[in-house]
Amino acid sequence: MHILTIDWAVFGEKTTLIVLVVLVSLLVAMYSTYFERKIAAIIQDRRGPNRAGPFGILQPVADGVKLFFKEEIIPTFSSRFLFILGPAIAMLTAIMTGAVIPWGNKVHLFGRDISLQITDVNIGILYVFGIVSLGVYGIMIGGWASNNKYSLLGAMRAASQIISYELAMGISLIALLMVTGTLSLQTMVGQQTDHLWNIFKQPLGFLIFLVCAFAETNRTPFDLSEAENELIGGYHSEYSSMKLGFYLFAEYVNMFLSSAVMVSLFFGGYDIPFVNDAAWTLKIGVNWMAVLEGIVFFAKILCFIFLFMWVRWTIPRFRYDQLMNLGWKMLLPLALGNMLVTGVLILLHQHHWHF
Amino acid sequence: MQPLTDRAKPVGRTKMNFLERIYFPEILKGMLITFRHIFRKKVTVNYPEKTRPFSPVFRGLQILNRDEEGREKCTACGLCAVACPAEAITMEAAERQPGEEHLYREEKYAAKYEINMLRCIFCGYCEEACPKDAIYLSETFAPANYGRKGFIYGKPDLLIPNPKEDPEGYARALGNRKFHPEGHGNEK
Repeated sequence: MHILTIDWAVFGEKTTLIVLVVLVSLLVAMYSTYFERKIAAIIQDRRGPNRAGPFGILQPVADGVKLFFKEEIIPTFSSRFLFILGPAIAMLTAIMTGAVIPWGNKVHLFGRDISLQITDVNIGILYVFGIVSLGVYGIMIGGWASNNKYSLLGAMRAASQIISYELAMGISLIALLMVTGTLSLQTMVGQQTDHLWNIFKQPLGFLIFLVCAFAETNRTPFDLSEAENELIGGYHSEYSSMKLGFYLFAEYVNMFLSSAVMVSLFFGGYDIPFVNDAAWTLKIGVNWMAVLEGIVFFAKILCFIFLFMWVRWTIPRFRYDQLMNLGWKMLLPLALGNMLVTGVLILLHQHHWHF
Repeated sequence: MQPLTDRAKPVGRTKMNFLERIYFPEILKGMLITFRHIFRKKVTVNYPEKTRPFSPVFRGLQILNRDEEGREKCTACGLCAVACPAEAITMEAAERQPGEEHLYREEKYAAKYEINMLRCIFCGYCEEACPKDAIYLSETFAPANYGRKGFIYGKPDLLIPNPKEDPEGYARALGNRKFHPEGHGNEK
């Protein structure tokens, strides 16, 4: 019986945290759509949405309401269960990544230290990879269930693209893991706090990871799976109403969470730059520090989201063969080389630079 | 072939060098270009709140003019209908009765005056043809309606507001259009 006793305090705090993280991811994703349009407009010398509310800030709400009120069409030739399952998986996997990301160090409330990470799995980054590769099922199932050649083509492209780039991504990450010696995101952020960020130890690794992250989130220049001028809407051409909304939304949640992962891995997570975090914690207390760290973390994430959008409105889409060439002939060898060089350097360092 | 402008850029068919082939510097260049556009002036005019200034000879929807005392100027001579290349204008004339002197300036007036805005090409020939300065093209444009019938503008739609009862509306309808003070030759 002892195993079954539930620590209700832990249960409560984790539930709150989960709800918070999910809500925040959804909110950020919602406003990403607004900023996407706004940034697109600004880059193209236009004004962007400015009708709904001041500066158009109610635009995402209007879009959401519109999506909800649209007619929900399930084509008769589609496979009904899978058709509904597709967007559900896409959304689920998008949100699940948030579970291992450390959103802040910890807060001290009600006489307890509460960690601002939903779970500190010791294989954190591996978990992220597992979930991300599950994400392709959402697209694949959706495209397959639509029973439409364009959807299937889009889904096929998405699957081959994500699988190809996952390799380079994983290998670029191995180099980083050799440097840090841990898979837990919390520990990784801890190592970077008040020390050199990983980007300075693994610049090439970061670059490869970044490119692969673009490919994994299906963002331009790698949005071949929904290339609207080639495949109508790609895997979601048959979707309408909120099921389409889920797919579009999942993309933005993915973008947000992959930014969060990248920040945690390479940019010190919630570490405040140019500041001795430990000293500040003593000075202003744990809770205020958690607030500051949260703000800094979000600022870093927003920078990445801006980068995602900036790239989207700059670079045209790759051709399919270019995509595969880049993935297999450039990124994969680069990642392998990076891993080898990192390994050699680490060994040399351990032997105090003697052969 | 002679290029029409000096902005034409020849397409290079040379092989890409190493820096270009690894994409990355080129992508950074492109991103710098888009980043610079963030600070550019926006070309969009916030339309309903702001309108672009019209040229003084802008040709919008027609308006039937009144004189300073609010009397209709049109005498239903039909010259505008004859001049209209799109045959958009129809009218019916009527004789002014005693006691209507404050409504119509001359003893003949248009009882019915219709312009089909779907046919009208806004050429302004009606304005040129009018010997009484009774019709002119205003600065209103882009009429909208739910049905085709609504685009046949009758007298209530076309008449300018009475300068005595509604001087503001009259001034607004007049706009900052430049009239021909020396006349365009058809007045007499």
